[in-house]
Amino acid sequence: MTTPWMTYLLVPLIKIVVILVVLILLAAYLSWFERRILAFMQIRIGPNRVWPKGWLQAIADALKLFSKEDVIPARAEKLVFLLGPVLATAPALIVFSVIPFGPTDMFRLTDVNIGILFILGVASVGIYGIILGGWASNNKFSLMGGLRSAAQLISYEVPMGFAVVTVVLMANSLSLVKIVEAQKAQHVWFAFPGWLAIPGLIAFFIYFICGVAETNRNPFDLPEAESELVAGFHTEYSGMKFAFYFLAEYANMVVIASIATVLFLGGWLRPFPNVAALAFLDVIPPIVWFFAKVAVFLFVYIWFRGTFPRYRFDQLMALGWKVFIPVSLINLMAVGLGILLLGGPR
Amino acid sequence: MADQDTGAPVAPAAPKPPWEEKPVPATPQDAREHPQVRELAEHVADAILEAVEFAGQITVTVSLERLVEACRACKDRLGYGYLVDLTAVDWKDRAEGRFDIVYWLHRHAGEQRLRLKVRVAEGAEAPTVTTVWKTANWMEREVFDMFGVYFAGHPNLERILTWEGFNGHPLRKDFPIEGIDTGAAIYPDVYPPGGGPVSGGEEGA
Amino acid sequence: MTERAPVHLSADSEEMEISFGPQHPATHGVLRVMVKIDGERIVETKPVIGYLHRGTEKIFERETYNGCIPHTDRMDYTAAATNNQGLVGAVEKMMGITIPPRAAYIRMMLAELQRIASHTIWLGTHALDIGAQSPFFYTFEEREKILDLYEEYCGARLTLNAMRVGGQPFDLPAGWTDRCRAFIDQLPAKIADWERLLTKNRIWKLRTVGIGVMSGADAIEWGLTGPPLRGSGVKWDVRKVFPYDHYEEMEFDIPIGTNGDTYDRYLVRMEEMRQSVRIVRQCLDRLPDGPVMAKVPKVIKPPKGEAYFSVEGPKGELGYYVVSDGTDKPYRLHVRPACFINLQALPELVRGHLIADLIAVIGTLDIVLGEIDR
Repeated sequence: MTTPWMTYLLVPLIKIVVILVVLILLAAYLSWFERRILAFMQIRIGPNRVWPKGWLQAIADALKLFSKEDVIPARAEKLVFLLGPVLATAPALIVFSVIPFGPTDMFRLTDVNIGILFILGVASVGIYGIILGGWASNNKFSLMGGLRSAAQLISYEVPMGFAVVTVVLMANSLSLVKIVEAQKAQHVWFAFPGWLAIPGLIAFFIYFICGVAETNRNPFDLPEAESELVAGFHTEYSGMKFAFYFLAEYANMVVIASIATVLFLGGWLRPFPNVAALAFLDVIPPIVWFFAKVAVFLFVYIWFRGTFPRYRFDQLMALGWKVFIPVSLINLMAVGLGILLLGGPR
Repeated sequence: MADQDTGAPVAPAAPKPPWEEKPVPATPQDAREHPQVRELAEHVADAILEAVEFAGQITVTVSLERLVEACRACKDRLGYGYLVDLTAVDWKDRAEGRFDIVYWLHRHAGEQRLRLKVRVAEGAEAPTVTTVWKTANWMEREVFDMFGVYFAGHPNLERILTWEGFNGHPLRKDFPIEGIDTGAAIYPDVYPPGGGPVSGGEEGA
Repeated sequence: MTERAPVHLSADSEEMEISFGPQHPATHGVLRVMVKIDGERIVETKPVIGYLHRGTEKIFERETYNGCIPHTDRMDYTAAATNNQGLVGAVEKMMGITIPPRAAYIRMMLAELQRIASHTIWLGTHALDIGAQSPFFYTFEEREKILDLYEEYCGARLTLNAMRVGGQPFDLPAGWTDRCRAFIDQLPAKIADWERLLTKNRIWKLRTVGIGVMSGADAIEWGLTGPPLRGSGVKWDVRKVFPYDHYEEMEFDIPIGTNGDTYDRYLVRMEEMRQSVRIVRQCLDRLPDGPVMAKVPKVIKPPKGEAYFSVEGPKGELGYYVVSDGTDKPYRLHVRPACFINLQALPELVRGHLIADLIAVIGTLDIVLGEIDR
């Protein structure tokens, strides 16, 4: 008894609200988890005071940022200054409209048949938020930081794109749902393809490392490091606008982790989805498998931060252009060749 | 020694360890015959005014005019390639010159040290030794800052520890340890006479 | 590998002058560096110091010799024990005082523990500047244990005032040697942990190899001492060249580097920590009994004259030049500050590098503004 209004307006609206709320909470709590996990790696405790045992820390931080004075530098370009955080955050959230969390229609907002293309396109818009924020601040150092950050993001999009195309070749579709279903049909997560064993793994690593660079995270976080000469594009931002940049960074982390899960780790599929002997694992709902895999990636993000020194900017760019792009390009050609020789995709 | 009661020999009392003896302070000795001084005299004999040995360290006083020559001889010909320290001492009201500039040199071959001194009168210029040892740069700046000795030929003789505009040379003996009025004495157009940060003028606390 | 670009100014170069500091998280104190950059390359730097100048040498002229000792603590405040050691050594030299061997061994232990403590600060902050955030916490944990040992001994963690002219003011408290031994027994494993995090790390090597290179001959010319000198390949350490206390009886090696870059200085300091552990262990094994204070007059009045005495501090050769006029207060007491002279070479070390390397080089020089400015 579903009317068109329900199908096309009410249900999607509910899904949007649920996704946004979950996502924003996840991004906020990710910052708290990061502080705790980093603390444990550094033999200290991290925030554990805000009732109970620190669980409300993220909410407290959000409230704090909410209540701060709204400062706009005197000669900043006002409209663009306000637009920056919006342009950084909105794409990160919009991307989740096409990501499937589970096998049926209930677990996704929509399935666009150019899913991965849509994601790459929308995510690129987020870079504008950084450039505009850096420029509109009317601060020499913010501008330098913003430009550096933008250069880094644009450079690392190329190998990331090639890694993604590798998967598209293997799945023969741009739609995210079809990619996951192809992984089920081919009995293999694309990170570890049965045939062409190496290129899939290489594509996986390249995707994830470029994803770390895309989100300006350690070891690629020079543009926003505190101990550097240039303070970064968000120097002049405070209060809610800063909260948006902050949210954008963590939301982007979740985006990269989710896409890596869908493309390489089988999305909502349990390990070895076609092996009947492991069917007892099906009691765990697919969405839990999805979020478990995302959590692994997020933990690796945090682990990187606790371990590595950061790259200098020229070394970062050299790595992107001189190492990742050739490797991902050759990888792509190898996969293409392999598919051709093996008689087309299955 | 013999024991008074039995006549049997008694071992002399064991010597006390040096830390239980009264310490014997160092005394200055003339050192003109010391090998390090004789070496230096081979090159700049008439520049040497005095040579003293105290606490195992040789101090040679050279004349101001021949200072750079003596330093160059030390570095190039005698091998004192490491200028350990360069400092000054203010002997107020001394006839031969108010300040002593002290150069403490080290020779890696043989690990020996030598102290050179020159006497500089107040207002007189001392030649720079930055052409001999690069490390003298900041050391001379500090002497200039603290004592007011001008080093002719120094690449950038500016104050190093006190701030630009500071008016005085702190390590001179006539500079009071409480400091001088850092307000009116230095910035007369900002602070009224007698006013300023130190004495609590109108500006600031 | 970073090539140092030959620096030449073209007519259309856009040189920017940036002031880096004095308030900056990475300058290890109130150091200001005026940097002239062309794009990202550093053309010239000019360190500006004096923000922490407290007139220590003037204060020395007002205090008695034992009263000067707390002031020496506050110069290089990360390495107070070696500061003390220099001053009391200079006065003892002039007065001809021999300190009891137990006092000398205690001084050696305090100094070597201080070397480890200072190097832990160096490692933590240097790694933090380059971006590795975790070693800071690991190294400070070990430093806490050393500071606890100091607190037991002389009541202070940082500004120790732990030596007097003629020996030590206090003997070791009961159980101190056991706790010290327990600490140094577990330390080499921790040092190995820190090394595992950094030494072979590709990113660490990218950031430190070839950065801030200085040849051995240049290092002597610029008067560098300590790890900057030894990292450039010159095997020179005051403890071996002019041994004081009982260092001539101790077996330890002097680590040197080969290339004179930041990575070599890092390796030198890590190895120095291990050698310090070795020295402390030998001191604990051979600690003699006896008094801790020599027979010194109640009022310390060195004879008229001057003397210089230096110790190998964690930062380099720390020297004290005492000019006495026969009274109980120094006529002139000058400190040869290792960091001051090491910092002088900064423009030389960073010429042609990128801005991000400036921070690595400041870290590798291991400067403490207290000693630089006095």
